[in-house]
Amino acid sequence: MNNLDFFYQQQSPYSLNAAEKQQVLHSHLSVLDAHHQHHCELYRRIASSQAEAGWFDQQVFLPVRLFKEYELKSVAQEDVFKVLTSSGTTSQQVSRIVLDRETAAHQSKVLVKIMQHYLGVQRLPMLIIDHPSVVKDRLSFSARGAGILGLSTFGRDHTYALDDDMQINLERVQAFIAKHQGKPVFIFGFTFMVWQYFFQVLQQSGKQLDLAGSVLVHSGGWKKLIDIAVDNSVFKQVAAATCGIQRVHNFYGMVEQVGSIFVECSHGYLHAPDYADIDIIDAQTMQQLPFGQQGLIAVSSVLPSSYPGHRLLTEDLGTVFGEDDCPCGLNGKYFHVHGRLPKAEVRGCSDTHAAEVKP
Amino acid sequence: MSQATLIKCFAESLGIPAEQVTDELQYNTIPQWDSVAHMTLIAALEDAFEIMLDTDDIIDMSSVAKAKEILARYEVTL
Repeated sequence: MNNLDFFYQQQSPYSLNAAEKQQVLHSHLSVLDAHHQHHCELYRRIASSQAEAGWFDQQVFLPVRLFKEYELKSVAQEDVFKVLTSSGTTSQQVSRIVLDRETAAHQSKVLVKIMQHYLGVQRLPMLIIDHPSVVKDRLSFSARGAGILGLSTFGRDHTYALDDDMQINLERVQAFIAKHQGKPVFIFGFTFMVWQYFFQVLQQSGKQLDLAGSVLVHSGGWKKLIDIAVDNSVFKQVAAATCGIQRVHNFYGMVEQVGSIFVECSHGYLHAPDYADIDIIDAQTMQQLPFGQQGLIAVSSVLPSSYPGHRLLTEDLGTVFGEDDCPCGLNGKYFHVHGRLPKAEVRGCSDTHAAEVKP
Repeated sequence: MSQATLIKCFAESLGIPAEQVTDELQYNTIPQWDSVAHMTLIAALEDAFEIMLDTDDIIDMSSVAKAKEILARYEVTL
């Protein structure tokens, strides 16, 4: 039903320029608007209340927190294949994302298309900065477990760097490095875990690992790191100093839009791929802001058809710097994420809506 | 290398009886063939047939029939 062949046929996941994106991406999103209007009662009600309020220039962006409060779905119950759950870092409540086979397949495929751009087609030896128990319980993965599994597709000889007590297993890591000496290696972990349990420990013990030539991909938010004054440039400096890692790609993505992730380019900007877009919204007026101004991040993705998550208003603050003219040469909007909107200010944009749609 | 090796890889990686490994069997249609088992299966196939599959193959390998098709590309004779 949700045919993405046009996107899959592009040379790279950053092929479309602004005009092409306007035409292809946005017409695809409009089709999804209509699809979800038709198949999800709750979405229809929120859409009409946002339209009445005149928000977002008549587009509808669902506040992400609604996925914590309701099970939003646009497919029949018998077509539900899996329900992804995640607990937010700041909330006890869990997001529930309803997947059918088609949406799940698109998620895997798009993730591959995007990551191949950075890692190549061949699978690399993979060092996971986490402990193996995180994927043990197959029936209930944490978001962390699901993320590791998703990224495992790009690796071979998957090796966990930490033990269950979160200590580095240096013997195992050294053996992995020796085995793959001189070959590119793919390292993946969640930003905070990589910092706290790997880089910090290496730095404090004065140990150095030879992981030069490897690619580090990490994600999961900076909140805890910003609190201890670690930003992207500090993170990269320590990656180079402790492990000789020169290529570091952070990515921004949310469980509500798995697959169409925003990866950091060689110039340190997060980039919208062909499958997705980003807009910055003024939290006071709920209108779009021009490039260069900080506001609430709204993300769009052509993947979700089983749940109405194709246009979402996040609780993150960011700034878009431009489109198609990043010095790295990739097309698409490029941006920075600054962190979470302070809690009190989030009322108004998502809570009011939650209140309006209570059945 | 044979059909039997392929069936053995599937049966052992997914933990299902060999009779259940038919061309029609599809990824994610039985609880045993989930994303975790899929990576185990890939590793088993690579070992058994001495090949290195790339990321596209992993995503494309959505059924037993499809697995045969992909292995054929690596000049594996079944």
